[in-house]
Amino acid sequence: MTGSVAAQHAAAQHVGAQQFAAQHAVGLTSLHATGLQNAAWLLLAFPLIGAAVLLLGGKRTNSWGHLLGVAMPVLAFLYGAAAFGQMLSYPASQRARVLTIFQWIDVARFRVPLSLLLDPLSICFVLLITGVGSLIHIFAVGYMSHDPERRRFFGYMNLFLAAMLLLVLSDNYLGLYAGWEGVGLASYLLIGFWQYKPAAAVAAKKAFIANRVGDVGLSLAVMLMFFQFGSVTFGGVFGAVHSASHGVVTALGLLLLLGACGKSAQVPLQSWLLDAMEGPTPVSALIHAATMVTAGVYLIVRSSPIFNLSADARLAVAIVGAVTLLFGAIIGCAKDDIKKALAGSTMSQIGYMMLAAGLGPAGYVFAIAHLLAHGFFKAGLFLGAGSVKHEMNDEVDMRRFGRLANVMPITFVTFGLGYLAIIGIPPLSGFFTKDPIIDAAFEKGGTSGALLGTAALIGAGITAFYMTRVMLMTFTGEKRWDDSVHPHEVPPVMWSPMIVLAIGSVAAGGFLILGNRLLNFLGPVTGVPPTQHGIWTKAGGAALVLVVIGMAIAWALYGRREVPVTAPAGSPVTVAARKDLYGDSVNEGLLMRPGQWLTRLSVFFDNRGIDGLVNTVAATFGGGSGRLRKLQTGFVRSYALSMLVGAVLLVGALLLVRL
Amino acid sequence: MVTPAHFIGLAVILFVIGAVGVLVRRNAIVVFMCVELMLNACNLAFLAFARMHGGLDGQVIAFFVMVVAAAEVVVGLAILTAIFRARRSASVDDANLMKY
Repeated sequence: MTGSVAAQHAAAQHVGAQQFAAQHAVGLTSLHATGLQNAAWLLLAFPLIGAAVLLLGGKRTNSWGHLLGVAMPVLAFLYGAAAFGQMLSYPASQRARVLTIFQWIDVARFRVPLSLLLDPLSICFVLLITGVGSLIHIFAVGYMSHDPERRRFFGYMNLFLAAMLLLVLSDNYLGLYAGWEGVGLASYLLIGFWQYKPAAAVAAKKAFIANRVGDVGLSLAVMLMFFQFGSVTFGGVFGAVHSASHGVVTALGLLLLLGACGKSAQVPLQSWLLDAMEGPTPVSALIHAATMVTAGVYLIVRSSPIFNLSADARLAVAIVGAVTLLFGAIIGCAKDDIKKALAGSTMSQIGYMMLAAGLGPAGYVFAIAHLLAHGFFKAGLFLGAGSVKHEMNDEVDMRRFGRLANVMPITFVTFGLGYLAIIGIPPLSGFFTKDPIIDAAFEKGGTSGALLGTAALIGAGITAFYMTRVMLMTFTGEKRWDDSVHPHEVPPVMWSPMIVLAIGSVAAGGFLILGNRLLNFLGPVTGVPPTQHGIWTKAGGAALVLVVIGMAIAWALYGRREVPVTAPAGSPVTVAARKDLYGDSVNEGLLMRPGQWLTRLSVFFDNRGIDGLVNTVAATFGGGSGRLRKLQTGFVRSYALSMLVGAVLLVGALLLVRL
Repeated sequence: MVTPAHFIGLAVILFVIGAVGVLVRRNAIVVFMCVELMLNACNLAFLAFARMHGGLDGQVIAFFVMVVAAAEVVVGLAILTAIFRARRSASVDDANLMKY
């Protein structure tokens, strides 16, 4: 292909992409917030005040700190619900409202206001973060009741919510970035909450560093936006992105994807998520359900005008999602640690969301729908796992559980409903939100569509297998725990949030999808899919068959037979999955070892090369002057001689020149 | 007939005697006297050239040299007295503390 033909081809692609965007991106012009929404800053203020009081107040707040810590997210949720109600009263085209709090940065052309954007997309996240977050806070009151540092814990949790709310509410990329970093900080503090445990301290560092890698991508994307468009606000960027070159748009998309990979634990930046289980279980629930890992999906969907213009960037997102959903699912199959099995499942489910987001307007709404439904059932599953762990003296090895259904009936039922929801049994949430993603992937068409769809289908089957395995190993079979352990049902403060979440797990998916509720609500922001998905699709049917097969295999392996207390050696695949599919080894081989060599080389060069040069010069002058000093004998007569010799030489030289 | 060359020759001889004295003698008083000798050798040369050229420049400079020499002797002898009081010796080789 000659250069000009290639250029024409690229240009045609670009024009095609623009038409595509023009057709699909409806976009909302934002108006000023009025009435109740004028107080949207309260959403940030509540958890921030909670964090400030609890962290600065010190031990004085120990006795009532957890109550304040719970009250703040609940107040934020109540305000969020009221703001949501006000939004619903507006016509669909006027639902994006901006509240400028103050001018944050004002340097020459670089103007960034600290302003909040209330639109259908951000309000979804606000309700999820504050709603599920509040339930997790309530659960944590019971879960952390024996921890002497409970007050500090609640301070960090509130900080986490505040950062996440800033992330989803900001109407510009710089504010989003600030929230993004705040989330990273809070997750570091919470994963390493029991920092006296070396594993927790290391896991916190690992999460922070893996996130930094992603943050580089996001920060470069923000810089590129300012460089290209002279603006970092959503309105400014999305308004100008149509006139940017295809290369710039694709670069922006890929940089944003890198950021999303870090925060959402997508391959290749997935390694931190499993280790992050070292944190207290409410933290895991918060990270996996309401905050943190959903940020990457939010970033992609929020940046839809950018991704709509670049098919390459969209394909990269979809591939990352598909790879991660299989990656996480395979890891989930082999883990005996209940929390790590659930963590693998989170990776996998977030992979579904990324896959959906990578399908463009055909998938954005389903990505968010699955995200919201996932928020309910994953929070429920994690709180259930936390209850089990709490009653089993912090044991997390499922091979030492068994028969807990009789002992902890409420936990069993709520966990079970979350389980049925995540594997997609109709009519629970997962069925409604996962099947459209699989269907939309197949509808993408071409080889890529078929591959992505197949990956999503297989993922559904594996999900059914490992989740059934978790269920069977934990709640059924013979009891395999020590006699010193006496599990009971958890107190009401812990099971009541689980019941609320279980109701959400059952109903959220149907509520959002049936009657196209979420579609009609989010459509003005994200665009609507070109085709309508029915409730029963061929892909959905195939997924259901695979789910049943997965459950049957799990039953044959873990339900029918007795589960051995010590893990069997297992096949090479199992061994690989137990080691997180060698994710750490890859990081170590590709990054850590070369990095170490580089530092060693640098240290060697620094010591020998740079220090060597400086030291040689210094030693030369030092030694030379040491010898010259010997001329200073203290004998006046030798000085006189040198003066005489000097004078004679001078006179001799003058005479010589004269001649 | 005494020519300027004679004066110059005498000046050179006096200067060399002074210089050698400075270099070889240890007694500070003698060293001082030798320095004076060198200065006066220079003065003699100045005067001889002034006479030869018929100008006053050399004679004026000779006065300056005498004034400087007088001042130098005043300061030098004071230092010498101080050293002698401290060390009971006027040898220049004994005052050798300021060295490497």
